[in-house]
Amino acid sequence: MAVSSQANIDESTLVAQAREGDTVAFGELVRRYEGKIFRLAQHITQNREDAEDVLQETFLKAYEHLDQFQGNSKFYTWVVRIAVNQSLMKLRRRKTDRSVSLDETIDTGEDTIVREIAAWGEDPEERFSREELGEILDSAVQGLETPYRSVFVLRDIEELSTEETANALGLSIPAVKSRLLRARLQLREKLTRQFKRKGDDAFAYM
Amino acid sequence: MLTCKDFLHELSDYLDASLDAKLRAKLEEHISECPNCWVIADTTRRTIQIYKGMEPYPVPADVQERLMAALERKMADKRG
Repeated sequence: MAVSSQANIDESTLVAQAREGDTVAFGELVRRYEGKIFRLAQHITQNREDAEDVLQETFLKAYEHLDQFQGNSKFYTWVVRIAVNQSLMKLRRRKTDRSVSLDETIDTGEDTIVREIAAWGEDPEERFSREELGEILDSAVQGLETPYRSVFVLRDIEELSTEETANALGLSIPAVKSRLLRARLQLREKLTRQFKRKGDDAFAYM
Repeated sequence: MLTCKDFLHELSDYLDASLDAKLRAKLEEHISECPNCWVIADTTRRTIQIYKGMEPYPVPADVQERLMAALERKMADKRG
């Protein structure tokens, strides 16, 4: 569907063409973002089958509702929002995750707990193979509860701004910030256990 | 004087460079004197960096085929 001559065209031109009914242009938009959407869906749903469904549903919905895209945000951010909603719906349907609601009040009193303090050794990229590193990073993210995981995935993996993340998740900016801090600190703990310099032991802190 | 707890509270904004110069200077003063907070800041910065460097997942060929087939059906419906 996508043609290589479309590869250098900027996003807003492609969106305009797609809105005029140019299916090749829409195909190029899909090709550009499918990998990121698939990754986001896997991180949030934590289920491969669900992620495949989310990928498909997201782009079908985007195509169907293209005329509702305002153009005052980036197309990618708009698609992310659809993908997040689809992913959360999957989680709710499974009901295996009790922390699916993003609205619940979260006790942030513990957000600054740090247990593991150790400097990292050589670059993890040098110490582990790409695959091993990917597994370590993925499983650390999977250990986060949904409210933290979704904020972290949007802010630090998909690199959305704080405001874009707040919009996509229907959260306030302070809520995004406090969840991001907590997610980052939790991941730092988990990764430090893997990446700390040999011989460095954790000691109690605070 | 800034405590370690104050420092941790501002850590995200510090690493995102979204603090005003005055607070930033206070935090920098703190980590220059507190090895624990320096390590936490450094390892948190590297945590963020390592995730930012992750490649998107390649979409497997069969998944992509299904996606494109579904889209083509949708496009045909919309045209029709």
